[in-house]
Amino acid sequence: MRTFMIRWALLVTVTAFLGFSALSSAQMTRYEQDQRLGTEAHVGNLTGHAHAAKENYRRYCVGCHGEEGDGEGENAVWLDPKPRNFTLGQFKCRSTPTGTLPTDEDLYNTLGRGLVNSNMPSWNPLSNQARIDLVAYVKHFSPKFQGDKPGPPVQIPPEPEVTAERIKAGQAVFQKLECWKCHGVEGRGNGPSADTLTDDQNRPIKPFNFHDGTRFKCGTSDQDLYKIFMTGLDGTPMPSFADNVKPDEAWQLVFYLRTLQPMQSKEKQIARQLGLKPINPNSTPTPSPQPAASDTPATAPATAPETSPAASPASPPPADSASPNPPQRK
Amino acid sequence: MKTEYKYRVLALFSALVLFSIAILISGRTVDAASGGSITGKVKLNGTAPHQRGIDMSKEPTCAAIHKDKPVTMENVVAGADGGLADVVVYISQGLSGNEGASSEPVSITQKGCQYIPHVVALDVGQHMKVINADQTSHNIHPQPKNNPEWNKSQPPGAPPFDVTWANEEIAVPVKCNIHPWMHGYVAVVKGPFGVSDESGSFKLQGVAPGSYTLTAWQETYGTQTQKVTVAAGKPATADFTFTAK
Ligand code: HEC
Ligand code: HEC
Repeated sequence: MRTFMIRWALLVTVTAFLGFSALSSAQMTRYEQDQRLGTEAHVGNLTGHAHAAKENYRRYCVGCHGEEGDGEGENAVWLDPKPRNFTLGQFKCRSTPTGTLPTDEDLYNTLGRGLVNSNMPSWNPLSNQARIDLVAYVKHFSPKFQGDKPGPPVQIPPEPEVTAERIKAGQAVFQKLECWKCHGVEGRGNGPSADTLTDDQNRPIKPFNFHDGTRFKCGTSDQDLYKIFMTGLDGTPMPSFADNVKPDEAWQLVFYLRTLQPMQSKEKQIARQLGLKPINPNSTPTPSPQPAASDTPATAPATAPETSPAASPASPPPADSASPNPPQRK
Repeated sequence: MKTEYKYRVLALFSALVLFSIAILISGRTVDAASGGSITGKVKLNGTAPHQRGIDMSKEPTCAAIHKDKPVTMENVVAGADGGLADVVVYISQGLSGNEGASSEPVSITQKGCQYIPHVVALDVGQHMKVINADQTSHNIHPQPKNNPEWNKSQPPGAPPFDVTWANEEIAVPVKCNIHPWMHGYVAVVKGPFGVSDESGSFKLQGVAPGSYTLTAWQETYGTQTQKVTVAAGKPATADFTFTAK
């Protein structure tokens, strides 16, 4: 009889405890969600509040990005590329290192700009306040924005003057960094690896074709272009080059990429005067005035040098590189 | 009001019960990560599935490295005597939580357009060096679920870079978008671990005496677990067998 009572008491206790923990965890998620509706966004003297964007999100965004922000809105099936899943806290257009969260300003600019070559329109018709509120709302979907901070933004030094030397040096950087493996020797998006590229959802994705785009997803300015290859487009094959490009090389590359685009520019004019030919991946790139650009992959010996962690301790990355170890330590 | 009070008392009581159970359990493991070890062999029962050959002709510098020995996929790497390589063996239950990560970095090297080793294991917070020994650019693109995803280019001659992982995850697939055949794993574990070699042998070092659940993970066959007890000063053994599918 007594053992029965004890067993019974134990059973009740355990059940009660389980019931309680279930209850409290349900309350917890609701609580967390409510907490997250308190998410703010700050750009200049604008302050956005997630709770203030509820209506607008439902009105303008839900059809593509979904009620839960998971990118599964009712229109999503028809779209390519797919709408962003905000719960992952992963974004293409950032000023911050690969693997880190974007700044509020990055998201705010994205809403104003829209993303070319996708169904994501510009939201400039909405007021500044409505857009900054939506930024806070986008952030509230991912718990990452509660814990982590955005990475340190890429530092962009003042833009130097466009010169023939810089354009030629930029072409050598394009060759050395093997942008052409994906983007093609002429930047037409048809490099040897282009056909096999997939995004994180394993959907085929095309590298940018510089010849038919005046605008990029992540901006139009020279500074935007600089940022694009320094940060990479997370969730796509487009990697970050921040660890391996010095600021002056980066500007040279920007100038060279401009020569490939369709619109008239000083860069294009100079390239025409120079009679600049597309790169030949099997030859030595035009020597660049930058010492770093002189180690040419095409002339290096075919056998790889033996590198072991002990023999070659990680040398410090270039001073401008965003952070040697950004993605993981936060 | 009254019922709520009752529930509170119950909740307090159950918390106490759980607390004492926790104390009992934690008292059983010894915290000092002293010398014990677990060794064993991972075997493959049956014939390993055919591993597709890899055509690297698109990357001549890599194709040249392999011209004498064609490369295949490495989804199942079985040795001559039935040993199964690249299996990560780690402690999934029973750790005290006080095991510190090794200060020795591990490394993953891109060589001949392959990841060497194909499977890297390391502790949460342990440093990993990423090395490019090839004469071609690679982009290192892990696809984690519990850690931030990133994607970095590493041109030939670029210095190694350092990475740490904040969260346990077994295992993070790693790929190179430029060379779609490249494919490896980083297993981020907590506490002692071992990775089996070509003969299937593995060793976990620095295991404090105690009772543990040991898990073996293989990329194609998934996981297997077994209990193991480590006594002070006596190396424990544990073998695993996966069945070929
Ligand atoms: C017609 C469908 C559609 C609507 C409506 C829409 N989006 Fe998008 N959105 C997309 C698609 C598609 C992408 C992904 C584009 C890509 O990956 O290139 C995207 C991407 C984004 C991104 C990610 C940008 C980055 O850097 O990765 C944000 C932020 C965003 N949308 C916010 C919004 C907000 C806020 C609204 C409502 C005001 C909205 N979207 C309405 C289709 C839509
Ligand atoms: C592994 C393949 C790969 C390599 C190497 C690569 N890219 Fe890309 N790049 C892509 C893909 C794929 C996209 C398209 C991403 C998208 O549409 O979301 C892209 C997009 C871009 C864009 C347009 C981004 C936007 O906002 O629309 C620019 C600019 C760019 N790449 C420049 C470069 C430069 C410069 C290099 C070399 C330093 C380079 N890429 C190397 C795959 C690559």
